Amino acid sequence: MTTELEQLEYSIQEIMEIADGFGLDYYPMRYEICPADIVYTFGAYGMPTRFSHWSFGKTFNKMKMQYDFGLSKIYELVINSNPCYAFLLEGNSLIQNKLIVAHVLAHCDFFKNNLRFSATNRDMVESMAATAQRINGYELIHGASKVEAFIDAVLAIQEHVDRQLIKPQRYDKRQQMEAKQRLAKEQRKAPIRQGEYDDLWELETQSAALPDSGEAIPFPPEPEKDVLWFIQEYSEDLEDWQRDIMSMLREEMLYFWPQMETKIMNEGWASYWHQRILREMDLSSEETIEFAKLNASVVQPSQSLNPYYLGLKIFEDIERRWNEPTEEERTRFGRVPGQGREKIFDVRELDSDISFLRSYLTKQLVDDLDLYIFEKQGPEWKITDKAWENVRDQLVASRMNGGFPYIVVQDGDYNRAGELLLKHQYEGLELDLKYLERTLPYVYTLWGRPVHLETVVEDKSAMFSYDGNKVSRRII
Amino acid sequence: MSSSFEQNKSSFVVSKEDWSLHRKGYQDQQRHQEKVREVIRQNLPDLITEENIIMSDGKQIIKVPLRNLEEYRFIHNYQKQKHVGQGDGDSEVGDVLAQDQPKDAGKGGKAGNQPGHDVVEAEISIEDLENMLFSELELPFIQEKEKDELETVSFRFNDVRKKGLMSNIDKKRTILENLRRNATSGSPGIHGISPDDLRYKTWEDVKLPHSNAVIIAMMDTSGSMGNFEKYCARSFFFWMTRFLRKQYEKVEIVFLAHHTEAKEVTEQDFFTRGESGGTICSSVYQKALEIIDERYPPSSYNIYPFHFSDGDNLTSDNVRCTRLIGELLKRSNMFGYGEVNQYNRSSTLMSAYRNLTHERFLYYVIKEKGEVYQALKRFFHKREGEK
Repeated sequence: MTTELEQLEYSIQEIMEIADGFGLDYYPMRYEICPADIVYTFGAYGMPTRFSHWSFGKTFNKMKMQYDFGLSKIYELVINSNPCYAFLLEGNSLIQNKLIVAHVLAHCDFFKNNLRFSATNRDMVESMAATAQRINGYELIHGASKVEAFIDAVLAIQEHVDRQLIKPQRYDKRQQMEAKQRLAKEQRKAPIRQGEYDDLWELETQSAALPDSGEAIPFPPEPEKDVLWFIQEYSEDLEDWQRDIMSMLREEMLYFWPQMETKIMNEGWASYWHQRILREMDLSSEETIEFAKLNASVVQPSQSLNPYYLGLKIFEDIERRWNEPTEEERTRFGRVPGQGREKIFDVRELDSDISFLRSYLTKQLVDDLDLYIFEKQGPEWKITDKAWENVRDQLVASRMNGGFPYIVVQDGDYNRAGELLLKHQYEGLELDLKYLERTLPYVYTLWGRPVHLETVVEDKSAMFSYDGNKVSRRII
Repeated sequence: MSSSFEQNKSSFVVSKEDWSLHRKGYQDQQRHQEKVREVIRQNLPDLITEENIIMSDGKQIIKVPLRNLEEYRFIHNYQKQKHVGQGDGDSEVGDVLAQDQPKDAGKGGKAGNQPGHDVVEAEISIEDLENMLFSELELPFIQEKEKDELETVSFRFNDVRKKGLMSNIDKKRTILENLRRNATSGSPGIHGISPDDLRYKTWEDVKLPHSNAVIIAMMDTSGSMGNFEKYCARSFFFWMTRFLRKQYEKVEIVFLAHHTEAKEVTEQDFFTRGESGGTICSSVYQKALEIIDERYPPSSYNIYPFHFSDGDNLTSDNVRCTRLIGELLKRSNMFGYGEVNQYNRSSTLMSAYRNLTHERFLYYVIKEKGEVYQALKRFFHKREGEK
């Protein structure tokens, strides 16, 4: 239907002009109209070109079933790339597509300008295609089931990467770590000299100066957050193709990481702009009603805290507070009225969900949105707290490290037998022990020697170990 | 088709392509389903003793919990966590949002963030499960019954004729005939029943084909048999019955419960009724022999006596037991003895049966639920070169 496509093209042009007028800054756009199963495939894989794995098939099946039963619908998908790909669901009405096109433009603006995304690979569509092809090649050489079993293990710890925002230029992690270790060794040999006369002081204690050298130099010198990287570099059990797969999957995780860090902001930003842009357009009365319906379903409040809604409300609140600052804000912070738009552009550039919530989720918002903390007491899930600061802090805590437990490599030569000691940086949230016990064997697969994880269970330190046969746990 | 626009600032392209060859999602979905089946196959020993199967009462699709297809990773304990939620504007501290239902997504389980929290259940038809299980089993010691040994063992009234025995008269039809005859002759009513009106029920011989089997399910119901023991026996008989149904046109089961004496009971009683007292196993073997001789001639029945017990028996009774098993074996295809012995005690019965060397006498000691599967495989294992 050429006319429909032409209409859409005409609308896109109009939307882009409005967006440009608002100052949105995005990559060239590639809109693809796809049937539902394709959109859902991309949704499940996160990227159209991603490698094959049964877990994606499982997700796809679940999503597609919900769509088939009319329970949920994805209208679009957008990829952080340059040019930016957006996939529109075939059968969307023109007004639906207008909303989506505007929404997607704001996503793209966010990808392009938010600091967290500054280091993402904008050619990831091609990179992932290459990865998929290489994995496919390994399957031909080593057998599909062997490769699959290995990928199962890698995926089990894929979230444990280190997405540092600030890195030295030409930063080589391995080199740096080994330098630190050398340093530690030297320090061990000669105690640190701080002043010119230190060596004089030492004369007195020379005989006692050398500490027990039986203590091993820690390896890694500092706890290593990037578990995936550490194993990929230092496991003695991996073949080249396995290291290759690990490093490719790590790249993919690093690519997705900023999206996990900015989910609330990104969706709020896109929702904010699709509303503003559509308001500028000439819509027929039918279109206006359909737009209102769709918009309502996108930013619908829900008990489980819809990120679209929460993000939108916070952005609107920021804009309001910087447009019409209170007396106190004017005098204390020197805030000049009318800075709202400018401010939200700054926020979209500099913040991530954690700082966004911490800085801009106000008492008034918590009250207006009726946010609360709930937890399980006995068999019941109960509201236990409505104090706004607690709500804010809880929300921030839940977004820490993308919501995943913070786990580090504590010792890569544990028991001096090359065993791996991981440590869960416990901050009040216990691990799911069943999952923990099932995940350790995967780590063992990668490390090739016994693996241990230290965590806290019911206020006691506990050590979980897997030696290749069974998982054991003990209180330490 | 596609077209593009150059703008002063940005460009865009809209395109619509043919995606019909893009099958990746479906391919991986299929791989996932294959893995589900694989896991089911691996878990057969556990699955076949799942309560919802044994108690399924003829349901054709059952749900089995799958423990191995979750994507395990390090995650927080959802249950012990605090969560932030949103109310309608009037929420208050103390409001109860939900009772514990792990699958309820409305409690804040953000899909994608916590993929581990759905309880994975796979739907599988009992038939599929049977196919998987039975592909590993084979019916041993089939004794071909000769075709001409087909016996008339039953009859049923299924025809009406004008001639017959007076005792088999069909009153209803006779009266109907009388009514009709009177009506056509002009004087309606029931009167003057003539020999012409008489109708007789007649029967037809029912020949039972030879592929009949009967399971003589025997079980110790004395005090020492607890729930676990009975459950194992029940699972075993459940699958055994189904397995034999695949092999034979008709499978009957006779339930014999015994402690110091044996009696025939209903299935319900067999599995639920417990009795106190000691154990004399020979009583049930004697009863089985009587029932076989009375109702199930070996010439037309494949007979499978199976005895489940915890191994307790009156020591002096053992000799009688072994002798009776010999008798039973003369009439049966095989004799199976299953001992449910959780703690691996040395049992009275096994001490005697261990020395029984008859190729059609098989025993298995079940120590845990998963071994019901092993027991099935022992009794019905595939035999090479044997008939």
